[in-house]
Amino acid sequence: MKNSSRFRQLLIGSTYTWMVVLALIPYLILFIASFLLPGDDQLVQSGLSFSNYQHLISPAVFSMARSSILLAGVAALLCLLVGYPFAYILAQSSAKVQPLMLLLVMIPFWTNSLIRTYALVMMLKANGVINQVLMALGLIEMPLQLMYTQTAVFIGLVYTLLPFMILPLYAALKAVDPRLVEAGRDLGANWLNTFFRITVPLTTPGIIAGCMLVFLPALGMFYVADVLGGARSMLLGNYIRDQFLIYRNIPMGAAASVTMTVAMGLMLLLYFFASKRLNREAMQ
Amino acid sequence: MSRRLKWIYAGLVYAFLYLPLVVVAIFSFNDSKYSLAWHGFTLRWYEKLWHNSSLMSAALNSLLIAGCAATLATLMGTVAAFIMHQYRFPGRKLLFGSLFVMMMSPDIVIAISLLLLFLALHLPLGFPTLLVAHAVLCVPFVATTVYSRFHGFQRDILDAAKDLGADEYQVFRFIVIPLALPAVVGGWLLSFTLSLDDVIISFFTTGPDFEVLPLRIYSMVRLGIKPDVNALCVVMMGITIVALVLSRTLLKEKE
Repeated sequence: MKNSSRFRQLLIGSTYTWMVVLALIPYLILFIASFLLPGDDQLVQSGLSFSNYQHLISPAVFSMARSSILLAGVAALLCLLVGYPFAYILAQSSAKVQPLMLLLVMIPFWTNSLIRTYALVMMLKANGVINQVLMALGLIEMPLQLMYTQTAVFIGLVYTLLPFMILPLYAALKAVDPRLVEAGRDLGANWLNTFFRITVPLTTPGIIAGCMLVFLPALGMFYVADVLGGARSMLLGNYIRDQFLIYRNIPMGAAASVTMTVAMGLMLLLYFFASKRLNREAMQ
Repeated sequence: MSRRLKWIYAGLVYAFLYLPLVVVAIFSFNDSKYSLAWHGFTLRWYEKLWHNSSLMSAALNSLLIAGCAATLATLMGTVAAFIMHQYRFPGRKLLFGSLFVMMMSPDIVIAISLLLLFLALHLPLGFPTLLVAHAVLCVPFVATTVYSRFHGFQRDILDAAKDLGADEYQVFRFIVIPLALPAVVGGWLLSFTLSLDDVIISFFTTGPDFEVLPLRIYSMVRLGIKPDVNALCVVMMGITIVALVLSRTLLKEKE
């Protein structure tokens, strides 16, 4: 018996240690660092202040943050508009083809996103596939400038993150009880009505999860902006990276990261409320 | 939606996801350095890749870190899943919650908070820090995968073993692990691909002495690319697909 309790303590203790040392403490350091001031020796100066957060809402930084949020937000919206019908088709497909269709979504999901970004470069560059095809068809005479534009960054974000939207939507759609949809239809609602008044509300947690999995990474994917957007388009991720690696301003980078964490926290709360409400309604 | 329309729509989405990857694959076998036109089949880019020592060593480093991080994450993740399923202890719900938060956290936030920890501890960045960082990334995924497998099997078996005098270590070692093995191996493979997939965490938590593939490709893409990168991308995609198909087969057994 003594052996048992020691074994149990060992397992619980090691899990606790792992979570405290590698999750809790790093987040705490991040949080504290965001209130410090940058020192001479690349580390930090003591003395708490809100100046980093004040700097975040200064006009120059704020306009970058706003355009980054807009870019990520529109990317999330577009992923949702493209992904929802697709996930719907996927969830409705016959048991025979569904595993294969799902696997085909998961392969890009798990393929290194830098490799996928690079693949996109092959399509978009001046002598890339799209330009060559358009020129061969005689639709254009000069290659279009596709690379190093805001549009390219935008395409890159949607391309990289679309599977992150499809998979949670698919999981949510699979969980919808088909009897509810049938009941709606039996009661005389048409397809559009059952879709928007039964299916969509029942999948709200999936929609929020998908939007979160696209929006938050889209804010941070500095390499997509670098490779496809050149120096011009800046994401919050580029800003954070530059604060760390170029300006050696750790507290400023930390403050930007904390802001992102807060955004994640808000979206998580939204997710929990939505799934809780759904559960409560299901009970009634 | 009519049937045909559905297939056209799905086909378009797949085309969007796969066309660039297919183009890279075709280029990797095309016997021409710059032109898009087909100049005949060749394996010379693969041969070049084999002799490109910096690219190969970065690729091997990536596989090494993926293997080690997956093993560490599988160990910690399985233990976390086991205690959450088996024991009632203070903070159990909190553990659940924090694993979920970790899973949803943007990579850049995980990367930076760990970088700050390593800086605070004055640890030089390299293999050990990257290993820990990737394991941190993977643990929640292993824990949830294995936990859902535990949910599938009956408690009676564990109770029976205990009635017959097994202590908790024996229950873990001789009943839980064998029953959960497919999920454990599946979790390992998921972690392996997760680690190979990562760019951002690697970017912040490794040093110049230990370069991994995504970072190597990152600097190459900015400086101009040679066709052997195409070959390398195809090889990496192949490894990802094999790991993914294996893990899905293993995880499916429970259904």
